[in-house]
Amino acid sequence: MAEQVTRKPYLRELPRTLWFLRHPRYVRYMAREFSCFFIGAYTLMLVLGLKRLAEGPEAYAGFLEALASPGAIVFHLFALAFSAYHSITWFRLTPKAMPVQLGENFLPDGVIAGAHYAGWALVSLVVLWLAGAF
Amino acid sequence: MAQSNKPIVWGPFAAGGTLTAFLTPALILLTLLAGLGHVPELLAYEALRAFASHGLVKLGLGVVIFLSLWSAAHRLRITCYDLGVRADTLVATLVYAVAIAGTLAAAVYLLRLPAA
Repeated sequence: MAEQVTRKPYLRELPRTLWFLRHPRYVRYMAREFSCFFIGAYTLMLVLGLKRLAEGPEAYAGFLEALASPGAIVFHLFALAFSAYHSITWFRLTPKAMPVQLGENFLPDGVIAGAHYAGWALVSLVVLWLAGAF
Repeated sequence: MAQSNKPIVWGPFAAGGTLTAFLTPALILLTLLAGLGHVPELLAYEALRAFASHGLVKLGLGVVIFLSLWSAAHRLRITCYDLGVRADTLVATLVYAVAIAGTLAAAVYLLRLPAA
């Protein structure tokens, strides 16, 4: 049975929304989590592109034109930075998510993360090459 | 045994997180190049229409869009909670609904692609 507690506990003040500004580590955490906003918005933009593509050449030309607007360029730059930050943080965690044991030892974290970074670079180059970007 | 819907929600999140980590920056670069006036060959109307007309490509695009939207939705839900929004059921319903609606819309557009 719980005893009656008559005390005045100390309640630490915690800002409900902006708590993450208290420490650089929390800011980096929120930056990582916030990348989802840009990845989600960008994917919805791709869905819009599919809509324009299905509507025919003129609609699609309008979509490409909209991509050249200053707002679209700025959005792309932010989206690129945040999605790259997502990739970096995601691959940095891979040694924790799937450690590889070899006999008594574990494969060093740097090898696992490094392999993912290399794979990311390769995938990006192949996508850009297949799409005829260069 | 305790029942939980966590694996169902979390599985596509993990898959989407991995997929977007590998793929999304390159996709953003492609449309950024297009916006800067250097349209990659594949993003020209006829090339993209022909490419997206293959059944397997349609399926692939659908999977990429679903996993990207779902993982973003799941993370957005957690972020809302972190920012002090405690109406988790409402937030979860909204963000997952947008992810599913976006995927369904993409599927409809892909099926409506004009033949050559």
